[in-house]
Amino acid sequence: MDLIWDGIREAFRILGTGDYSIWEITLRSLFISGSAVAISLVIGIAVGSLLAFNEFPGRNLAFTLVNTGMGLPPVVVGLMVAIMLWRSGPLGQLDLIYTPLAMIIAQTVIATPIVTGFTAAALRSLSPRLRSQLYALGASRLQMLWLVLWEAKLPLLAAVMAGFGGAVSEIGASIMVGGNLAGETRVLTTAVVLEVSRGEFAPAIALSIVLLALIFAVNLILTTVQQQEQRS
Amino acid sequence: MSQAKLSLHDVWLKRRGSDILQVPHLDVFPGEVLAVIGPNGAGKTTLLMVLALLERPSEGEALFEGASVRGRELSLRRRMAVVFQEALLLRRSVLENVAMGLELRGVPRRQRRERALRWMERFGIAHLARRGPRNLSGGEAQRASLARAFALEPEVLLLDEPFGGLDQPTREALLEELAGVLAETGVTTVFVTHDRDEAARLGHRVAVLLGGRLRQVGPVADVFAAPVDEEVAAFVGVETMVPARAVGDAGGLARLEVAGQVIEAVVNGPLASDVLVCLRPEDVVLAPPDSIMTSSARNRLAGVVTRIVQAGAQARVTVDCGFPLVAVVTRQSLEELGLGVGDRVAASFKASAVHLIPRSQRSGER
Repeated sequence: MDLIWDGIREAFRILGTGDYSIWEITLRSLFISGSAVAISLVIGIAVGSLLAFNEFPGRNLAFTLVNTGMGLPPVVVGLMVAIMLWRSGPLGQLDLIYTPLAMIIAQTVIATPIVTGFTAAALRSLSPRLRSQLYALGASRLQMLWLVLWEAKLPLLAAVMAGFGGAVSEIGASIMVGGNLAGETRVLTTAVVLEVSRGEFAPAIALSIVLLALIFAVNLILTTVQQQEQRS
Repeated sequence: MSQAKLSLHDVWLKRRGSDILQVPHLDVFPGEVLAVIGPNGAGKTTLLMVLALLERPSEGEALFEGASVRGRELSLRRRMAVVFQEALLLRRSVLENVAMGLELRGVPRRQRRERALRWMERFGIAHLARRGPRNLSGGEAQRASLARAFALEPEVLLLDEPFGGLDQPTREALLEELAGVLAETGVTTVFVTHDRDEAARLGHRVAVLLGGRLRQVGPVADVFAAPVDEEVAAFVGVETMVPARAVGDAGGLARLEVAGQVIEAVVNGPLASDVLVCLRPEDVVLAPPDSIMTSSARNRLAGVVTRIVQAGAQARVTVDCGFPLVAVVTRQSLEELGLGVGDRVAASFKASAVHLIPRSQRSGER
């Protein structure tokens, strides 16, 4: 029991002093996962809209692929991205392996199917006549897309939450393509693994508290927005 | 007639290999209300979507004021407005919804607010301006949808069964208001409905669509009184249709033999020897069998009542005169006549109420 209580007490001390570069690691986590989610929103909304609005042969297969992608094991993603970026790999000359950019790429691969799936589901839940009505009201294609996305913004917020949650808490890919280099590619999850492997539980607990708080904060903001929307 | 505002030429729409819509020619003239009627699944909505430039036909084209619409669909759509059966409001205030089309056209905020409010007042929903769409009744939502369309002050208004999902009293009230606004604005309108009473009430001309094909277009009274074939006749409310043979023609008055009896009909044009006699139930008058004929009806047949169906204030009486003849009478006159199934009755109708369809033209005849 002492291990736990001492660990927690020490963790709060670390949070107060900022030892173990804890705030630097937190900011890096936010930056990398935030960037990945931003990129996957652009790709996911575009692909999700295409899937939701267009009839084409193989559409069901495409949906199956997206759904599979939503459950893609991060370790497998890490492996694929690592092979691509490895110095002797196809994109080796870009020299990206063990950089934050490599981690952003891997997390984007993880978050994109999630955002795509949520977007397609959100848009498909709207009345199919709504698009006709918007065109009939004189909307251009872009105006129509903007209005339906705005109309589906609540489920899209869920997509942001799920995407960010998936990216920030993922570890396998981050270790493989980032390498957990101190001051360069160390993020919250990889730092926790390192501290635990060294038997340093207090900083591991501190990092975990920050990680939880981060996910909680993001969800709190999004949930508040959702509820305000629903009330209006 | 003046140049058509909107027309279709050789329009053919196929979906997954089957024909959904086939319209060789259709004109919508400036200022008219064209009612498109047909049963469910006849292709009415598809026709409206093509007219609204929301669906492109597989073949043929739509013309706006005589010129092809190709390549300028967006700018032309901005001169039209569509009201669907569902109100399809967005999750924003009713006022913002009504002003939506104006916003998409870049109309300045104050101006669009003014115009939206004016039309909301016209449709009696100005007090709902700040409400969200989710706590509106079906009638209120449809009023918002109508206000949204009229706020655009469109050159062409397309209505797709706008009262389809509403209860009877709401529907009646809205129909009345819409009729008023249409007359007031004089906007060119296409009104799709499966209800021939609505069509008769709002339409100047009516187009009958059956099985994706345009079967007859003309002034409402003409189409309802003189349907081109049996199927159109059945749809526009002709309930008595019997084969007959011409036995004489004297000065526009034809004598026809129907099931062993002779009736007279006004004809304008050549008379075919084999015809289908069509009669609308409201044109048939019932009287006691031994009463003295007081009306100017030239035809009087004796028969026996075989069926009475009461609906609302009216009753539909089927009389066997050697062939089944359907008459509509008010509930009150049914009681006054003391009619019951099995009773003898005299059915009379004017020679001008009889419409003849040459049997060679009958659709579906093999």
